[in-house]
Amino acid sequence: MIEVIKCGVLTTLQDLGRPGFRYLGISHAGALDTVALSIANRLVNNPIHYVGVEITLGPVEFLFTINTSIALTGADFESSLDNMPVWPGWRIPVRAGQRLKLNAAKDGMRAYLAVSGGINVELVLGSRSTDLKSGFGGWQGRALQVGDRIPLACSDMLTKRIGLKLPEWTSKIRAIPGPEYNQFAEQEQQQFWRTEWKITPESNRMGYRLLGKQLLHNEQLDKLSHGVIPGIVQVPPNGQPIVLLADAQTTGGYPRIAVVIKADLWKIAQARLGASLRFELCNHKQAQIAHKELALYMNKIVCGLGL
Amino acid sequence: MEYKNARFYLLGEHAAVLESFPPASWECQQKIGWIASKLTNHPFVTEVVPGMNSLTVLLNNECADPDSFLEKLKEFWQSDPSFLSLSSRTITIPVEYEGQDLERVANHTGLEIDQVIALHIQAEYRVYFLGFQPGFAYMGGLPLTLATPRLAEPRLSVPAGSVGIGGNQTGIYPFATPGGWNIIGRTAIKLFDPYQTPPTLLQPGDLVRFVPMAEHK
Repeated sequence: MIEVIKCGVLTTLQDLGRPGFRYLGISHAGALDTVALSIANRLVNNPIHYVGVEITLGPVEFLFTINTSIALTGADFESSLDNMPVWPGWRIPVRAGQRLKLNAAKDGMRAYLAVSGGINVELVLGSRSTDLKSGFGGWQGRALQVGDRIPLACSDMLTKRIGLKLPEWTSKIRAIPGPEYNQFAEQEQQQFWRTEWKITPESNRMGYRLLGKQLLHNEQLDKLSHGVIPGIVQVPPNGQPIVLLADAQTTGGYPRIAVVIKADLWKIAQARLGASLRFELCNHKQAQIAHKELALYMNKIVCGLGL
Repeated sequence: MEYKNARFYLLGEHAAVLESFPPASWECQQKIGWIASKLTNHPFVTEVVPGMNSLTVLLNNECADPDSFLEKLKEFWQSDPSFLSLSSRTITIPVEYEGQDLERVANHTGLEIDQVIALHIQAEYRVYFLGFQPGFAYMGGLPLTLATPRLAEPRLSVPAGSVGIGGNQTGIYPFATPGGWNIIGRTAIKLFDPYQTPPTLLQPGDLVRFVPMAEHK
C-alpha cells in the first residue's frame, strides 16, 4: 500500500491510455509523458504499459507500507526517501515505513513513479488510467487526495540500484503541417514557425494553450466536427493555438495548422507553464525517422537493463 | 488528394482521414459507418473515429507507408456497400421540459413554450456519431423552426443530463460541462456507464425520441 500524506496539485494514476473508444466519445487519457512512464516501469522490471503515478506539481509525500522498489522519471522534483536524495532515472529499494517526498519540479513539469509489480487498481475499458473529465478509471476516477491508501500489486524488492540517462528535453517541438495549413496565409504560416509561443496557465491535460502573435485564418467557417488526436495544434477564432493532449475531447472543428510528431509529444508534457516553446517544420519521413530513433532508444534501455 | 466529392489526407504521421465535402448527409454517414466497420480489425489500424461525414483512422507502427493507406480509404469510398450496418434501434429519452432557456428559444422562434416542447417531442432524431464527451451524440433531425443560436456567453457549467438546442442541433450533455447551448430540459437517464457493455446508451445509427417525463411515468 502507498498512503498519500501530501497529494500535490494534480497527482493521478496513468498507464499508456485507453485507446479504442474514441468512437463513443471516450478520451484516450494516459500518461502525458509516455516515454518517462515506460522507462520508470522498465527500471522496476514492469512491462512498459503498467499503471504508474503522474505527479504534476508538488509537494507530494507517500508513505510505503510494504517493502518494494520504485523508480522516478521525468522532471526532477528534488525528491528524497527518508531524507536521502532520489535521482530521476534510478531504481531504488524501499522498506515499509519509508517516506518518499517530491518537492517542486526543478526542471520539467511532470514526474512519474513506478512501483515494482504495479499498482492494483481495476481495469476499466481496457485501461487503468484516470479519466478526470468523466470521473472513472485510475483511483476512484479522480486525482489522489490526502489519506488515500493505494493498493500495490505483489512487489519485488529489487535491492540492486540501477540508473540510466533520461532523454534530454528541448523547447524545439517538431511538427508536420496540418490539414488546414494552407488556409493560413504564408505570412501566418511563417509566424507559426517563428514565434516563441508562451505556455499559458490555462494549460492542462486536455491541451496546452499558447500565447503569441494572433494567427489569422482565411476561412472563418467552422469545419464539421471530425476526429482529433493528441498532438494536433488547432487554431480557434481568437488566433491563439492549442496543442491537444491525452485528455482532449475526441472530436473537434477548429482549423488544424500542424500536428506535433509522436516522438516529441513527451516534450510538450514536460514544458513548464509560463515557459516558451517553438515549433520546427518537419515532414512525414523525418517524423518516422524520429519515431524509429525513439523506439531504438527504448529498446536499448530494455536490453541495457538486461530485462 | 480529392476524389468523388471527398478529400483524403494524412493527419500527422500516424492518422489517415477521409472527409466528404459538405453538405453533410445521413446517406454519407451510413457509408462512413460501413467503412469504419470494415477497418476496425485491420492489422494497421488502432482505432477509427467517425466525425460528421468524415472518418479519422489511427494507424499503428505496422503501417510503414501511411500514404498507401489513403489509397485503401479511396477504394472503400468508391465501392458500393452491399449492406449498411449501422443500427436502427429507437431509444426513448424521458425529459423534464423545464430548461432555463425555454423562453429564449420561444422568443427567438416566435413560438409559445408549449409549441417548442411539442415540436421537440414530435421529431425523430438520428445519431450521426458520438464525440465531445463519452456518450454525447451528434444528432440530426431538429425541426428547422426550433433552430436557435447559441448563447453569446457560454455558461461556465451546464449540469449533466441537460437537453439543449445549439444552432440547428439538439443534444444531451452526459456530464456537467461549460456550454453555450440553450437548455430546454433535463433527463435523469444515464448516457454513459463505463461498467456496461456497450458503455454508452446511444450508438451511431440509433433513432432517438424525446418524451415528456409526465407521460413516461
